[in-house]
Amino acid sequence: MKIGVKIMPRDVVLDTQGRTVLGTLVRSGRNVENCRVGRFVELEFDTSDEKQALDQAKEMAEFVLHNPLTEQFSLEVL
Amino acid sequence: MKKIGVVRFLGTNCDRDIWQAVEGVGARPQWLWYEDRFEFSDLAGIVVPGGFSYGDYLRAGALAAKSPVMESIREAAEGGVPILGICNGFQILCESGLLPGALVQNENLRFIDRWEGLTLENANPHWGSGLKSGARIDLPIAHGEGRFYLQPDELKKVEDSEQVWWRYQANPNGSLGDVAGIMNKEKNVAGLMPHPERALFDWMGGVQGLSFFQSMVS
Repeated sequence: MKIGVKIMPRDVVLDTQGRTVLGTLVRSGRNVENCRVGRFVELEFDTSDEKQALDQAKEMAEFVLHNPLTEQFSLEVL
Repeated sequence: MKKIGVVRFLGTNCDRDIWQAVEGVGARPQWLWYEDRFEFSDLAGIVVPGGFSYGDYLRAGALAAKSPVMESIREAAEGGVPILGICNGFQILCESGLLPGALVQNENLRFIDRWEGLTLENANPHWGSGLKSGARIDLPIAHGEGRFYLQPDELKKVEDSEQVWWRYQANPNGSLGDVAGIMNKEKNVAGLMPHPERALFDWMGGVQGLSFFQSMVS
């Protein structure tokens, strides 16, 4: 089964990439208030046990996929 | 004296090199600022230099492709002005749809900075027009996202319409078809990952980049 890990910069961290993308969208006439850019990681596990897959994904997200100082993550079953 | 436009984005870093190359062959360079539109009627050519426009945010070249200067470049392309994108400039021209394909991360996941042997597949009528098909030259490359990608059926169309400009002799980055440079159907828009502006004098390690600019004044 597949678990998605969404990793976003923390709100208190200046997201320079999001701000730059926002600038391009607004300058080209798009109506948008804010923009933040993160990452999405898909993990595939050889199990149908949802809890087990989520636990493994959480461990991996904490191990290397995100930096707790600057980023936060959330998990979803895909 | 022929005038060549040199585009500058925030993060462009080969702009002065192009300026020197254009001056060196006896043409007059003119800056084209990324926030401004421009009139292309008095330009004999336009170069989109390499670098890291917009810090490579989102995708290399993606945000630069949506900037005001690119609207004028699109008009210039439709007006038949010769346009050359080098490295990040090539990425920008692909992202803007003026050239087919995309440049994705090198196969070995590394930034590669070294000299590479190239073979001319189809000559370009503007940039380096003195070179004939089959010509072999050496130019430096310096990129992390230089792997040319195009769906196989689309790549075949590009091959069939003789739009492949240069190929690597020993593919360094996993480019499909060993493509190092490509042209649009009309051949007035061209993109090249290697840097001809870094091969103008013997002290640079080679002079084979000179012909790319010389042909614009001859």
